[in-house]
Amino acid sequence: MQIKPILSRLPALEVTPFGPAGPEGEYRFFALRLPRPSWKNWRPGQFLMLRPAAFGLELPWARPFSICHTTARCLICFFQVCGRGTRRMAQLKHGDEVNVWGPLGNGFAVEPDSQTLLLAGGMGIVPFVGYVNAHPKPWNTSMLFGHREPLKCYPVDNIHEYIPLDSLRETTPGELDNFIFTLNERMRDCAEQNGLVLACGPLPFLQTVRNFARELKARTQILLENTMACGVGACLGCMTRTSDAWPTPEKRGGLVQACRQGPVFWADQVKL
Amino acid sequence: MDISVTLRGQTHDLALKNPVLTASGTFGCGLEFAPYGDLKSLGGIVVKGISLLPREGNPCPRVVETAAGMLNAVGLQNDGVEDFCAHKLPSLPWRDTPIIANIYAASTDEFADLAARLNVEDGVAALEINVSCPNVAKGGVLFGQDPVLTAAVTSAVRKAAPRKHVMVKLSPNVTDIALMAKSAEDAGADSVSCINTLLGMAVDLRLRRPKLANVLGGLSGPAIKPVALRCVWQVARAVRIPVVGVGGIVNAHDALEFILAGAHAVQIGSGNFMRPDCAFTVAAQLPAACEKIGVKSMEELRGTLQNGSALQRKHPAMA
Repeated sequence: MQIKPILSRLPALEVTPFGPAGPEGEYRFFALRLPRPSWKNWRPGQFLMLRPAAFGLELPWARPFSICHTTARCLICFFQVCGRGTRRMAQLKHGDEVNVWGPLGNGFAVEPDSQTLLLAGGMGIVPFVGYVNAHPKPWNTSMLFGHREPLKCYPVDNIHEYIPLDSLRETTPGELDNFIFTLNERMRDCAEQNGLVLACGPLPFLQTVRNFARELKARTQILLENTMACGVGACLGCMTRTSDAWPTPEKRGGLVQACRQGPVFWADQVKL
Repeated sequence: MDISVTLRGQTHDLALKNPVLTASGTFGCGLEFAPYGDLKSLGGIVVKGISLLPREGNPCPRVVETAAGMLNAVGLQNDGVEDFCAHKLPSLPWRDTPIIANIYAASTDEFADLAARLNVEDGVAALEINVSCPNVAKGGVLFGQDPVLTAAVTSAVRKAAPRKHVMVKLSPNVTDIALMAKSAEDAGADSVSCINTLLGMAVDLRLRRPKLANVLGGLSGPAIKPVALRCVWQVARAVRIPVVGVGGIVNAHDALEFILAGAHAVQIGSGNFMRPDCAFTVAAQLPAACEKIGVKSMEELRGTLQNGSALQRKHPAMA
């Protein structure tokens, strides 16, 4: 069922840094708490567009973020400072106005009785926080998490609480090889049980997952983080090319919008 | 307060309940924004550019944020006129709000075919001829940079769509935009809209390459508002047909500046990306903004911009 998105103007409640500060005392990972908008529902993997009023005219675009988590009162977004927009977001103070529209896009499949393997690369862990919290049978899920920064930079506590989480930190090429080997093994186990694989992370990570999925015939969904200007299907900036496995013949080999037909796709249905 | 306006054309008028339209390419087919406001509350909806046959557009990345603006090189991706007429148009509130079809073609004949096809659609109130897109290899801005070609395309569409109001969207990427506007007027245009995007580029210093796959793209957003205002002012003084202002309008104050410079109506473009209710909000706030500056109608304000010498005459202290 389509969840109707709404536009909310919300006061920031709190911006909390995660992980250790850098040599000059700067943090790079933050959780932004906002009052929960009047959404009736949302699906993990869906995203929202977030634009603080402080962007003014200088930064015209909102930024897309996977929905990390919601409580009865709060909406929690998790972000890494990687540009002008997120730098300004990290400086938000209590009460600063933030425009939020969502929930947008589709969301990950939930198959309560299937073994579900969650594959996260770096900030790709964010949508899985909500996924694990909302899963009706979390004991059927497990996670493999590859990351470069210390584990405490990421919102893993909510995941640790519910499911087994194996995290591998990559700081050398050898560790990356080890992670890829483990990734292949875990996907193979999951495929043999006809389980579901869900992945989110940087493009090279998703390409690796897609290649293994093809080889192992693993049922796999991936979440694409394409550049978006609007998030609602108007700008046509977030296009992704489909493969011959796309369900509607007229769109096979063509372009679809990550914001409307995604951001979650079956790995075999898109080209990366 | 009544803020309705009528774009009085040479052949067809276009009545708008308010002077706030959406700009092509920034509002999809309109339905994408239905969750964020009442489409019927807009003065009109200019839909994403339509071509005779489906177009895939340019490779990605095709949009990039810049200081107070954005570059796009989407390249007029659309599903073609038949898909628009069959699937999108029937869902739009065309009985309540004029739907303006922005049309693109690579030749004058193709423009005529496209216009003839849309001429029979009751749901389309007007055609906006795109002779100014900088992101396509054929046609596009090449038409809009030559007054003879601009006139030829306008004339072909005028003849092929006798039932429709014909608006010509002008490019700022010319030496004399007023000359292009006059060509369109002489060829039978009912109105002109200005401006389309400014040709620009952005580079990634780290990767040492352009940020857009197409290298060049069209700049829009608040960054181009001064250019758009200048163009509207120049065009409004050169033609008798109505002028629709486009370029960096994000609030009612901006809209009134364009009307003061001579625009009959405005289009909201990149502002729709800043907040998806931007066009709805501008339309809703316009009456209060008019009251605040003491005007009772759009006509009272339109084109009343005083030039520097007039101000000096009125206020000698400014001399």
